[in-house]
Amino acid sequence: MPATRLMPTDEATDLIELTREICRKDLAPKVDEAERARTFPEQAFRTLGRAGLLSLPYPEEFGGADQPYEVYLQVVEEIASVWMSVAVGVSVHSLTAYPVATFGTKEQQEALLPDMLSGEQLGAYCLSEPLAGSDIASMTTRATRTDAGWSLKGTKAWISHAGHADYYTTFARTSDDGGRGLSTFIVPGDAPGLTFAEPEKKMGLHCDPVSQVMFDAVPVDGARLIGREGDGMKLALSALDAGRLGIAAAATGLAQAALDAAADYANERQQFGRRIGDFQGLAFLLADMEAAVTSARATYLHAARLKDAGRGFSKEAAVAKLVATDAAMKVTTDAVQVLGGAGYTEDFPLERYMREAKVTQIFEGTNQIQRLVISRHLLAR
Amino acid sequence: MNIVVCVKYVPDAQAERTFNASDNTTDRENVDGLLSELDEYAVEEALKIVEAGEGEVTVLTVGPDQAADAIKKALQMGADKGVHVNDAAIHGSDAVATSLVLAEAIKKLGDVDLVITGMASTDGTMGVVPTMLAERLGLPAVTFASELTVDGGAGGTATIRRDGDASTQTITATLPALVSVTDQINEPRYPSFKGIMAAKKKPVETWALSDLGVDASQVGLDAAWTKVSSFDARPPRTQGEIVNDEGDGGSKLAAFLSERKFV
Repeated sequence: MPATRLMPTDEATDLIELTREICRKDLAPKVDEAERARTFPEQAFRTLGRAGLLSLPYPEEFGGADQPYEVYLQVVEEIASVWMSVAVGVSVHSLTAYPVATFGTKEQQEALLPDMLSGEQLGAYCLSEPLAGSDIASMTTRATRTDAGWSLKGTKAWISHAGHADYYTTFARTSDDGGRGLSTFIVPGDAPGLTFAEPEKKMGLHCDPVSQVMFDAVPVDGARLIGREGDGMKLALSALDAGRLGIAAAATGLAQAALDAAADYANERQQFGRRIGDFQGLAFLLADMEAAVTSARATYLHAARLKDAGRGFSKEAAVAKLVATDAAMKVTTDAVQVLGGAGYTEDFPLERYMREAKVTQIFEGTNQIQRLVISRHLLAR
Repeated sequence: MNIVVCVKYVPDAQAERTFNASDNTTDRENVDGLLSELDEYAVEEALKIVEAGEGEVTVLTVGPDQAADAIKKALQMGADKGVHVNDAAIHGSDAVATSLVLAEAIKKLGDVDLVITGMASTDGTMGVVPTMLAERLGLPAVTFASELTVDGGAGGTATIRRDGDASTQTITATLPALVSVTDQINEPRYPSFKGIMAAKKKPVETWALSDLGVDASQVGLDAAWTKVSSFDARPPRTQGEIVNDEGDGGSKLAAFLSERKFV
């Protein structure tokens, strides 16, 4: 059952309608086979890009749609309810343009954003390293000054769209001053010295290829340093606040998909002469799932509205990420339970949903990090 | 090149479609509606012709208030303007009356080089309105096109390919003409965000029967040549037949299939 949505404008209502149409006609028929074959959903991104859905929260003057996060995130949720890998890709891509759109100079925005937001390009976000996950400040990838700009050397890990992206929004060390020694660069996908490892063999999200990205003296033009030198940590954390909302929305959509499949099954499956949904033990399970999905949606929308109003939303974004992804894990697990043995087979998508849910508790800041962010906000008062 | 695309607002085929209990007409109130998917092909084809040359695409629909959604969708896809004929007296009209209203609306638009329609609606699925409309307008009707080529602009020709079971026909008509298109002719585009925003500023005119000089007695349920006298929901599918193989399973299967003319 499609989620009930109160959209702020008529065009936002039409955007949701358009998203559902593309999901129904283009994404839904392909997702099962593509996830099995682990193919990169290039065509899906192209279709979404041409419809303008890859650049929603950015200014219209640079090719975006000037949509508030409240709207953009609900589009991500709708996509996730049909194809989680693609929704995560949309969220990651949207994040890659964030540093330029938020901290870039007018010249940088004019030079870089039109291509990034054209819908024809896809970005990757290079922050984590093999030895620097939650502890961003310990990163070792280094940017050294050259005559023309910078030279990047090091290895990034867990990079979505690695090898497929048109540009890499990359954080690298420009001085040894810990968290104050990082800077942000936009590295073209065809830069010399940029290579990619074999994709990780993951538990799920098979259409979201993730691998290490190796920088071997990759030259980067001086104009592609975004924000001030040394501001990288600040940019990364700011972008992550927004990125967390994308993951919260995607997790909510995934949970909605699992709930819908479980409710359909409970309506039809007969045991002991009645549909299994008529047994209260199961009906209450479904009710708890609905409550979890609805509250997940409410938390991310609350954070989004704060962001759209220009208010602080860092704590609320962390709450949303924590609540929505824990909800996704619980709801997808319970949905497998509703289908019983059938849910454990590949004949139904529930087992895939459950595998996909797990990573949402890990990426874009583990849920332990979210608790750290939330508690620091509480104790800083 | 002025192109008019006739479109219909129909109940969503994926929803539970039904009839009004009071007069046995299609229930358009309680079922979500949309632009008939078969009409998307007509809109797409018109947009392709205009994009390849020049001209304007007008979307025309006859229907209740909600039918404005069908026009909006076509405008979001890229059509230039819309005309919505909306009059309570039209409720319950059959294909004959619908073609009359469409014809009068097209005459009022004037200076039309090409009328494009879908091959049928997805609700009534009669498929007769295009030819009736051509007859009323005195235009050549080239129907069921799976390919359309327009040469020479306005005053030129429209050539279609019609794929039949036994043969493929190539038919050329002089413009102005009416062409109905099948779902094989193209891949309709999605609207885009830019299209959604642009559609908000495109003109849509709403006309009543009086604007067209059509008398209410010529349309509506009372004027319809046919009426639905009763309806029943389709019965649930019956259990399949199980053939027990007692050595003659093969011939029983063959007999079953041949009885239903499958072999």
